[in-house]
Amino acid sequence: MAETQQLAEFRFPARTDRLRPAREVVRDALQALGCGREYIDHTVLAVDEATSNVIRHAYAGDETGEVILQVLRRGDALVIRLIDFAPPVDLTTIKPRDLDDVRPGGLGTHIIREIMDKLEFVKPPRGAGNVLEMTRKLEA
Amino acid sequence: MESQTHKEGSNTILTLSGEIDFHVSPKVREAVLAGLDEGQNLLVDLSGVSYIDSSGIASLVEGFQHAKGKSLSFALLGVRDGVMSVLKLTRLDKVFPMFDSVEAATAANK
Repeated sequence: MAETQQLAEFRFPARTDRLRPAREVVRDALQALGCGREYIDHTVLAVDEATSNVIRHAYAGDETGEVILQVLRRGDALVIRLIDFAPPVDLTTIKPRDLDDVRPGGLGTHIIREIMDKLEFVKPPRGAGNVLEMTRKLEA
Repeated sequence: MESQTHKEGSNTILTLSGEIDFHVSPKVREAVLAGLDEGQNLLVDLSGVSYIDSSGIASLVEGFQHAKGKSLSFALLGVRDGVMSVLKLTRLDKVFPMFDSVEAATAANK
């Protein structure tokens, strides 16, 4: 496996007012890598959706919960890792929905899957609840 | 995120600006529904919106459906590339009527 290089890390409480600074961390890291505008915009969006899900669902409004966002490079891939300390997520409940059914809600998971190449819940380090890794090939 | 509502002829125009994410989307939802309570067609001006996530899109979808229920029209104005990109990802770019100006939106409703 290629070596993993950490480009940025942002630790924050599970509060929705932290979503914007989290987006800025990802944006800054990708700009420093020289990624193009659309690539950056889409990646930022996917990370924002996943982070919102952690705040909304994993912590379910507990603003004292901690979230760790890591932006990593692994060879020619960008890896975004989101770590939380909430109870383990039931993966069977996370499904994108049929977009032909026009209604509010349920769009976030679809967006993440459209943008990222791979999503994986990996084994958390001791004490952590969930670790989501989202991988996307870096632009040439 | 800033929001402002004003009336122009037969339309209520809700102007939003800034970034719309899960932190502010409840306010967007409130502003959209309040705009429709004016009883006129609602135009949501997004020309000042630089970012929107799925919760923001959901507020717009809810407004669109609420408008339909009241037999009012609901359209978006000034959709920028970044917002359009999210509408395309969610396949809602074919659902919302979109215009560049209030005049174009009004003409379409005649």
